[in-house]
Amino acid sequence: MDQSVQSESKFAVEAGRSATSAEQPSKVIELEAVSVRFGQGRSGTTALGETTLDVRKGEFISFVGPSGCGKSTILRLVSGLVRPTNGVVVVGGREVGVKALRIGMAFQNASMMPWLTVERNVMLPLKIVPPFRADYRRKRKGEFRDRVRALLAQVGLSDFADHFPWQLSGGMLQRANLCRALVHDPQLLLLDEPFGALDQFTREELWGTLQALWLDKRPTVLLVTHDLREAAYLGSRICVMSARPGRIISDTPVPFAYPRTLETTYEPEFIALGKRMRELIVPVQTSGGSA
Amino acid sequence: MARITRVLSATAVILGFFGAWELLCRLLHVSDLVLPLPSQILVTLIERFPDLWPHLIQTIASTLAGFTFGVLAGVVIGVMVGSSRLAYDTLYPLLIGFSSVPKVAIIPIFVIWFGAGTIPAILTALSLSIFPVVVNVATGISTSEPELEDVLRALGASRRDILWNVALPRTLPYLFASLKVAITVAFIGSITSETIASNYGIGTVMMVASANFDVALLFAGLALISITGIALYGLFSFAEARFTGWATRKSAVA
Ligand SMILES: Nc1ncnc2c1ncn2[C@@H]1O[C@H](COP(=O)(O)OP(=O)(O)OP(=O)(O)O)[C@@H](O)[C@H]1O
Ligand SMILES: [Mg+2]
Repeated sequence: MDQSVQSESKFAVEAGRSATSAEQPSKVIELEAVSVRFGQGRSGTTALGETTLDVRKGEFISFVGPSGCGKSTILRLVSGLVRPTNGVVVVGGREVGVKALRIGMAFQNASMMPWLTVERNVMLPLKIVPPFRADYRRKRKGEFRDRVRALLAQVGLSDFADHFPWQLSGGMLQRANLCRALVHDPQLLLLDEPFGALDQFTREELWGTLQALWLDKRPTVLLVTHDLREAAYLGSRICVMSARPGRIISDTPVPFAYPRTLETTYEPEFIALGKRMRELIVPVQTSGGSA
Repeated sequence: MARITRVLSATAVILGFFGAWELLCRLLHVSDLVLPLPSQILVTLIERFPDLWPHLIQTIASTLAGFTFGVLAGVVIGVMVGSSRLAYDTLYPLLIGFSSVPKVAIIPIFVIWFGAGTIPAILTALSLSIFPVVVNVATGISTSEPELEDVLRALGASRRDILWNVALPRTLPYLFASLKVAITVAFIGSITSETIASNYGIGTVMMVASANFDVALLFAGLALISITGIALYGLFSFAEARFTGWATRKSAVA
């Protein structure tokens, strides 16, 4: 049905968009036949094969798939850092590029500014994003500081607020990175393997923290992960991607009720779901090992 | 502990150098018209200091004035060169051309325009200090890490936000490194200008001393210039360590 709209001009596409979003305001992200290529001609790489995806407000989508399949590229598309080579990306009812939503993004590598303390790094979004930026000078030593400290405490970094990024371990940096993505109360949260460098126990603890936050504030979340258990524990939907050039080969709702606990992950249905996802990613014959 | 040994051994080596100089001059009976003894230089320096220091102040003032404007101009040009293709293609060649001209050849022009005295000294200091600043600032800006910029761009930051919050802070170590060079060449510049066209300043003192074959004063002037040069360099090294400790990963940062 969207096909007819698409054949018309880009302008018409946008007009059609805003009409639909007026009737149905719950659609937050729409990727329509989007693909991304880097470089020109034959020497270029297809980073993302043709992808169509709708995300409704308040959903929690987990992306899993082999390395290099374009998961990070999807997040970069949604945040406006990468332009689609083909297709249309609509975020918050507008074509991407115009910031219609407050976006919080945790990059795959922590990307902390080395000249700022951890506290100042985490505070950075408050300096940039409206409406906070107007109050930054007035509140950075008071309210904003308390807010950052509270977040750092939640991820166990209270003692490191005044340290510089190079004084932290990889896992600690990742936790600070997560705080930076959350500090400005984003409506859309883009998390690129936020727990990748953490030990199992810290990771499971932070799943709980993230889930509680999501249940409380209900941001829309896109989470990229390599951990199927993590994907199923947190996600309300799991999108599985094929190897490069990636496409979404499976888009499955996760049937377990929130709030989920670690106990949930040991239930037979949960394990079965993980196994099914795994078989989609790894060809069946090589997945003879453990689940 | 290690620090104390380091300072002590450095002091010992430097004192040893002057000691050897003194000893050799005495043993070989070198005429003090050719090479005065360090002790003689020191005595002259102390005796003539009341006459010398107003000149020194004059030179330092010209140096700092030229340096300040040179750095300001250098930062502005450096930011433009580092962030704009067009500026890179036009300003850079001009600047390199200008810097290749020996300043001794330009000082007469300054003198024709502004008369002998302080202004040519300031302008020479200025023109010498611009180049190292431009090169370093432009390098810092143009090598800015895209990952760090992405953090801000994902938040919807403007180009100006990115300049202030990523490009400029990241350039700070480059800027400070260039300040050490800039202050040194600015000092040389103002002294050179004074030797050519001024009747005030340490450069003038050197010219007069040389005309009078006052070798002891000449060397005292050299000593004074060296000491001041070291002090200025030290000042900016200290500022560098203080403000850009993160780049060298020293924890002694505020
Ligand atoms: N800026 C770029 N220029 C050229 N190619 C790129 C660029 N960014 C990504 N790619 C290519 O696009 C493909 C997808 O990259 P992407 O980072 O999205 O993978 P990913 O799914 O996040 O992988 P991983 O799980 O390893 O993080 C990769 O093959 C990569 O080589
Ligand atoms: Mg990735």
